[in-house]
Amino acid sequence: MSTVAVETVGLVKRVEGAVSATLVNGVDLKVTEGEFVAITGPSGSGKSSLLYLLGLLDAPTEGELIIHGQATSRLSDTQKAQLRLSTIGFVFQFHFLLPEFRAINNVMLPMRALGKLSSADMRDQGVALLKSLGLEEAINKLPNQLSGGQRQRVAIARALANDPQIIIADEPTGNLDSHATDQVFSILRDLARQHRTVIVVTHDLGLAARADRTIRIVDGRIAQSACDLTAAK
Amino acid sequence: MGFLFEIAWTHVSSRIRQTFIGVLGVATGVGFTIMMSGLMQGGQRDFIHTLIDNMPHITVTDERTSVEKQPAEEAYQAAQAANLVAVERRSGIKNPNQVVSSLRSWIPGAIAPSIKISAMINVAEQHVGVSLTGIDPQQEERVSKLAGEMRQGTIGDLYHAANAVLIGQTLATKLGVRVGSSVTLSTGEGVSVSGPVVGIFEFHVRDIDEGQIYAMTRTAQVLAARPTLINEMRVRLDDALAAREVASQIEAQTGYRSISWQEANSDLLSAFKIRDFIMMLVMGAMLLVSTFAIYSIISTITNEKRHDIAIMKSLGIREQWVQSIFIIESIIIGFVGVIGGSALGYFLTVSISQITYTNPFTGGKQPVPIYVTPTDYVAIGILSLFCCAVAALLPTWKATRVHPVDIIRGAS
Ligand SMILES: Nc1ncnc2c1ncn2[C@@H]1O[C@H](COP(=O)(O)OP(=O)(O)O)[C@@H](O)[C@H]1O
Ligand SMILES: [Mg+2]
Repeated sequence: MSTVAVETVGLVKRVEGAVSATLVNGVDLKVTEGEFVAITGPSGSGKSSLLYLLGLLDAPTEGELIIHGQATSRLSDTQKAQLRLSTIGFVFQFHFLLPEFRAINNVMLPMRALGKLSSADMRDQGVALLKSLGLEEAINKLPNQLSGGQRQRVAIARALANDPQIIIADEPTGNLDSHATDQVFSILRDLARQHRTVIVVTHDLGLAARADRTIRIVDGRIAQSACDLTAAK
Repeated sequence: MGFLFEIAWTHVSSRIRQTFIGVLGVATGVGFTIMMSGLMQGGQRDFIHTLIDNMPHITVTDERTSVEKQPAEEAYQAAQAANLVAVERRSGIKNPNQVVSSLRSWIPGAIAPSIKISAMINVAEQHVGVSLTGIDPQQEERVSKLAGEMRQGTIGDLYHAANAVLIGQTLATKLGVRVGSSVTLSTGEGVSVSGPVVGIFEFHVRDIDEGQIYAMTRTAQVLAARPTLINEMRVRLDDALAAREVASQIEAQTGYRSISWQEANSDLLSAFKIRDFIMMLVMGAMLLVSTFAIYSIISTITNEKRHDIAIMKSLGIREQWVQSIFIIESIIIGFVGVIGGSALGYFLTVSISQITYTNPFTGGKQPVPIYVTPTDYVAIGILSLFCCAVAALLPTWKATRVHPVDIIRGAS
């Protein structure tokens, strides 16, 4: 029925150095395709660290991450980069748009790195994506000419540029007002309806309630997993 | 990857001030390197041209390359001859006509036999020691530039009077003689002859203009008291640079010491080597300075762009690609710098070539010799682009190795 998009087995992230700490401490998790999962938990509990592992931005100290059935621990950096480019869209709390590039060029950047489409098609898709996120008038603007909500939506558009199966967002609405927050969440919700897998960290319990499932992280572990609505799909 | 170039271009074009400083650094390095290279080559070519034009390319002397048997050894079949006064064997080239014709058959150039002796030129109360070369006017034109350096009279005028001589401008002035004046020549052999000055030459080389005179072969043989003497052969090659090789072939064939112009001037040429080496060091230092300028600018840019680097890597753009963006930036700055530097170099070389100075060898006024070929521009340009790329390697490598998570954490 429903296939697993992201699976973790005993995922651990430890940092050694001046300060040694275990940021993620044995997480076992299965997220199915088309599922919208919210991750909550106190600040400093390791939510971001977990997302970086899920997004292949960071390598686990122990454990395995399986994406669409493929174990990732043995992949080379280049292979991981390629997988990120084609399969995973990451949205950060901070938009991280390239400041000298117009919205459309920021959105086209992952497309161009992937190089699957003609330039004209990239532009068309980028424009369509921005329009679908209500950013018609932002297309040719530089990031510093946009509002916070617009920037975050451009960042989402960029994360969606290569039509990734998995969207990971780390407090994407953390810096936004309630209207913009609502907009961003609706977008993520719609993506899940279009059978994308969405994993989002949020502090807003009201928003978390709109997810298929909420996972609570405390001290780098899953404390409680509730409201599994995936079966409904 | 067009978009890498686009990003690079966007970075450099939106940082005009930094880019400009980088361009200026490269341009200064390239411009002055071109100038130095031009001066280096110009001086050398000028000097070598003067040498090649005014000297025989090879002089075959009457000195043997191996010691001949002494007459005593031949007469007494002695195993060893000791305490004998060696017979002076530097008495001319044996069978000169035969030697000349056999050399003429293969030498790529011209050869002319002549007599070189020391003589005294006497005018009124003045006596000046000179080097006299007895020549065949017809052959002389093929082995030296004498015909072209005549200020008055011609080489052919030597035929028109008995014991006629050609003398240098400086010597003529010193002695107060003109074309038509009569001079007396004498030698250590006790011979002396008188004849008219039929021509005055000026090579702009002090030694020649002041201390060299030319007469007919015949006159020189009379002065040497050796009616058949030929003691040198002067060779002018089609390719002056082949002189060394041809000289050693002549030596091998004839057994007579043959001196190429390079050998005759080896001291000066080795001084040039040292000068070249020092200039190379200076050029290297200038390129190094512009390389450092690039290094520092690329370091600054990559440092400012840490967030962009992290985000590009997090999007899945490969590290090498991200690194190449900044290397491309370095090359863009380098390229514009090279263009500007070439213009600067051109301007400098043209300006310098307008300056005249008094040549210490010839005493004449001439423009500062400077010589740059398009190949030099291209070579220096490619070299500095290469330096720019290399200068960018380390800072870009360090900057793009950064772990995106470290920067993303720090920013949010
Ligand atoms: N490199 C590191 N070294 C030591 N501690 C770290 C490092 N990175 C993060 N931490 C700490 O680990 C904890 C978990 O961080 P994070 O995953 O960002 O939590 P969350 O996103 O839930 O707020 C935090 O207390 C953070 O300060
Ligand atoms: Mg966090």
